[in-house]
Amino acid sequence: MLTITDLKASVAGNDILKGVNLSVNEGDVHAIMGPNGSGKSTLANVLAGHPAYTVTSGTATYKGENLLDKEPHLRAREGLFLAFQHPVEIPGVTNAYFLKNALNALREHNGEEPVDAVEFRTILEENIRIVGIDNALLKRPVNEGFSGGEKKRNEILQLLVLNPALAILDETDSGLDIDALKIVASGVNHFRADDRAVVVVTHYQRLLNYIEPDFVHVLMDGRIVKSGDRMLAQELEARGYDWIRDELSEGDAA
Amino acid sequence: MADEPKTETMDAESAIQNEYRWGFSTDIEQDMAPPGLNEDVIRLISKRKNEPDWLLEWRLKAYRHWLTIKEPSWATVHHPPIDYNSIIYYAAPRKKKLLESLDEVDPKLLETYEKLGIPLDEQKMLAGVAVDAVFDSVSVATTFKDTLAKYGVIFCSFSEAVQEHPDLVRKYLGRVVPPTDNFFAVLNSAVFTDGSFCYVPKGVRCPMELSTYFRINAKNTGQFERTLLIADEGATVSYLEGCTAPQRDENQLHAAVVELFAHEKATIKYSTVQNWYPGDENGKGGIYNFVTKRGRCDGDHSHISWTQVETGSAITWKYPSCILKGDHSVGEFYSIAVTNNYQQADTGSKMTHLGKNTRSTIVSKGISAGHSANSYRGLVRMGPACNSSRNHSQCDSLLLGDQAAAHTFPYIDVQNPDTTVEHEATTSKVNDDQLFFLQQRGINPEDAVSMIVNGFCREVLMELPMEFAVEARKLLAISLEGSIG
Ligand SMILES: Nc1ncnc2c1ncn2[C@@H]1O[C@H](COP(=O)(O)OP(=O)(O)OP(=O)(O)O)[C@@H](O)[C@H]1O
Ligand SMILES: [Mg+2]
Repeated sequence: MLTITDLKASVAGNDILKGVNLSVNEGDVHAIMGPNGSGKSTLANVLAGHPAYTVTSGTATYKGENLLDKEPHLRAREGLFLAFQHPVEIPGVTNAYFLKNALNALREHNGEEPVDAVEFRTILEENIRIVGIDNALLKRPVNEGFSGGEKKRNEILQLLVLNPALAILDETDSGLDIDALKIVASGVNHFRADDRAVVVVTHYQRLLNYIEPDFVHVLMDGRIVKSGDRMLAQELEARGYDWIRDELSEGDAA
Repeated sequence: MADEPKTETMDAESAIQNEYRWGFSTDIEQDMAPPGLNEDVIRLISKRKNEPDWLLEWRLKAYRHWLTIKEPSWATVHHPPIDYNSIIYYAAPRKKKLLESLDEVDPKLLETYEKLGIPLDEQKMLAGVAVDAVFDSVSVATTFKDTLAKYGVIFCSFSEAVQEHPDLVRKYLGRVVPPTDNFFAVLNSAVFTDGSFCYVPKGVRCPMELSTYFRINAKNTGQFERTLLIADEGATVSYLEGCTAPQRDENQLHAAVVELFAHEKATIKYSTVQNWYPGDENGKGGIYNFVTKRGRCDGDHSHISWTQVETGSAITWKYPSCILKGDHSVGEFYSIAVTNNYQQADTGSKMTHLGKNTRSTIVSKGISAGHSANSYRGLVRMGPACNSSRNHSQCDSLLLGDQAAAHTFPYIDVQNPDTTVEHEATTSKVNDDQLFFLQQRGINPEDAVSMIVNGFCREVLMELPMEFAVEARKLLAISLEGSIG
C-alpha cells in the first residue's frame, strides 16, 4: 500500500529525514518509535504533504502512485489520514460542521452522494460512543478549549468517520489517562481491517499492549535503524535507545 | 414596468468612463440635468419629483451648507479627487434595453450567480434579461404590500412617501442625520433622488422580514439614495438591504443616507449585505461607497441593531451608528468587512450614550487579503448624564497573505465616571497549520480558507436572518477566491 524509498526531507533548511525506507502492506499495523526530535512527526507530515517540509530526494508510492507530487487534500481523499500530534483549533467552525464537510469532500471524490442529515447523525452517534466523547463537543468549535485528551479522542473520531485506508497516528496516546488510552486503542482496533493499514508513532510500549503491532521500527536521526516485532518495543521500554546507538556505532566501526 | 432592472452586464469600468457606448443613449438624453451642481439643478430635481416647498428649502439649505465644507480626509483611504461637477445629478428614471437571454450576459457574472445559488429567474432579473411571465416580480411585490398594509405598515419608495405621507416625512427627515451633517450626507440631502421609506405603527410587529422585496426589485435607486425607517412605540421591524449578487453601476460615487428612528420600546434590526463592484484585480473601476447610517434610540427601552456584511466596493467609508437617547436603550453593531486585491475599507461604528443605563455592543470582523487595507474606526462616547451605561467592543482582524493591512482606531470619550467601556482587539493570520489540518481531512484549499474565515465571522453571521446568512457565507468564500496561493 505504501512504499517509502530512501526518503530525505528538510524543514527550515535543516535536513531531518536522511533516507527512510519503509514498506506498509494492507492489513499491517506498524509502530514507529524513536527518541524526541528524531523525525517521526516529520515523516508523518511529509507523507501527508505539509507545505513546511521539503522532500529533497527519495520516493513514496501509495496505492501504486507517486504520493509526493499530490496535493494534500487529494492524498487525504485517496485515503491517507494523519492524526496529529498537536491538533489545531479552528475557531468558530463547529466540529460537526467540519466533519460533515470533510466527509462530503471524500464522498464527492468517490462519486457518492453527499451524506444526508439523518445518516450523518447515525454515523456520528455510533462513533462518539466508541471514542467516548460528549455530544456537546460536536457543537463546539473544532478543538477549541478541548482538553488534551479530548483533542486526541476527537482525532480518532475523525478517523472513524472518514474511514481512510491508511491511518498514521502521531502520538495519539500522549497525554491520555489509562482509560482514554484503552478507548483510543479500541478505536484503532475497531478501524483495523484486512484492507487497511495503520502506522502508529508512539513513545510507549503500553499502547502496544492494546494495539498489537505487526512490526516495530526505530527511527533515529532521520533513519529507520532497526525493525522487529512486538518484542522490540518491550526491549526499548526496558532498555531505552542507547544500546541501539551503541550497536550502530559498532556497526560503523566494523 | 416601473421596476425595470438595470443592465448590469457591461464592464463597469468602461461604463463609468463612457456611459454612451451601449446604444441606449437616446433613452437617457431626454430628461437629464447638465453635469454639475448648482441651485437650479436642485430646483429641477425637486420640481420633477413634484416636491412640496419645504423639501426644496430643505435641500437648498443642505446645498448651501455643502458649499462651505470640505471633503473629509481623515479616513485611511486613498483615491483621486472626485470631480463633483462632472456628476449628473438628475436623470429621469430610464428604461434600459433588456437583453434577450442569459447568453448575452458576461459569463463571469453568471458564474458568480451560479456559485451563490441564485435561481435562474432571479439571475435574469439581476443581469437585466427580459423575464417571462412565470416570474412576475410586480405581482410578488404587490402581494407583499397588501400583507403589510393589513398591519398598517407603510413601505414604499421615498418619492412615493413624499407624495402620500408628507407629514411623516417632514416630521422625521433629518431628525437623525441633519442636513448639516458630514460632507457626503449633506451632499445627499441636497440631491437625493430616491430610496425607501418605512413606518411601522405603534405596537405592530412587522409580519415579515423586509427583504424579499429587495432581492427581486434590485432596481437602480441611484447614487444618492435616502432611506428613512421609523418604528413607533413598541413596534418591531427587521429590514434587509442589499443583495449578495454582485451589483454593478455606472456611477462611481455612491453617497447614501439611512436614518432609523426608534420610539419607546421599539426595535429595529437593520441588516446589510453590500457587494458593489470592487474594481478589477488591479483596483481599477470600482465603486466608492460613502454611506452615512445612523439610528436614534429616542424612546426608553428602544433597541437598534446594525448588522453588515461588506464585501464589495473599491472604497467603503461607512460607520453605522446609534444615538442612545432613551434610558435603557440598546445599540448594537455587528460587522464583517472583507477586502481583497486593492480594495480599501474604513468602517466601524459610533455609539453615543446619552440616556441612563444604556448599553452598546460592537463586534467587528475585518478580513484583509491581497493588497487591500481594512480599517476599523469606532467612537464610543459616554455623555455626562448616562449613568450606569456600558459598552463592549470587540474588533478582530484576520489577515490572509502578507501584503494586506489591518488597522484599528478606537476612540473613547467618557464624560461620566459611572460607566464602563471595554475594548478588545485581536489580529491574527490564517495559519498554515490550520489550512493543512483541513486539507488533510480532504477539504480543498479554497474551501479550507473559507471555512476558517466563516468561523472567524461566526458571531456576526449568526445575527443575520437565516437565509441571508447562508448566502453571506457563500459570498465570503467568493470574495476571497484565489487569495491564498
Ligand atoms: N517547522 C519546523 N521548523 C524548524 N524545525 C523543525 C520544524 N519541524 C520540525 N523541526 C525539527 O525537526 C526535528 C524533528 O522533529 P520531529 O517533530 O519530526 O521529531 P519527532 O521525532 O516527532 O519528535 P517527538 O518525539 O518529540 O515528537 C526536530 O529537531 C525539530 O525541532
Ligand atoms: Mg513528533
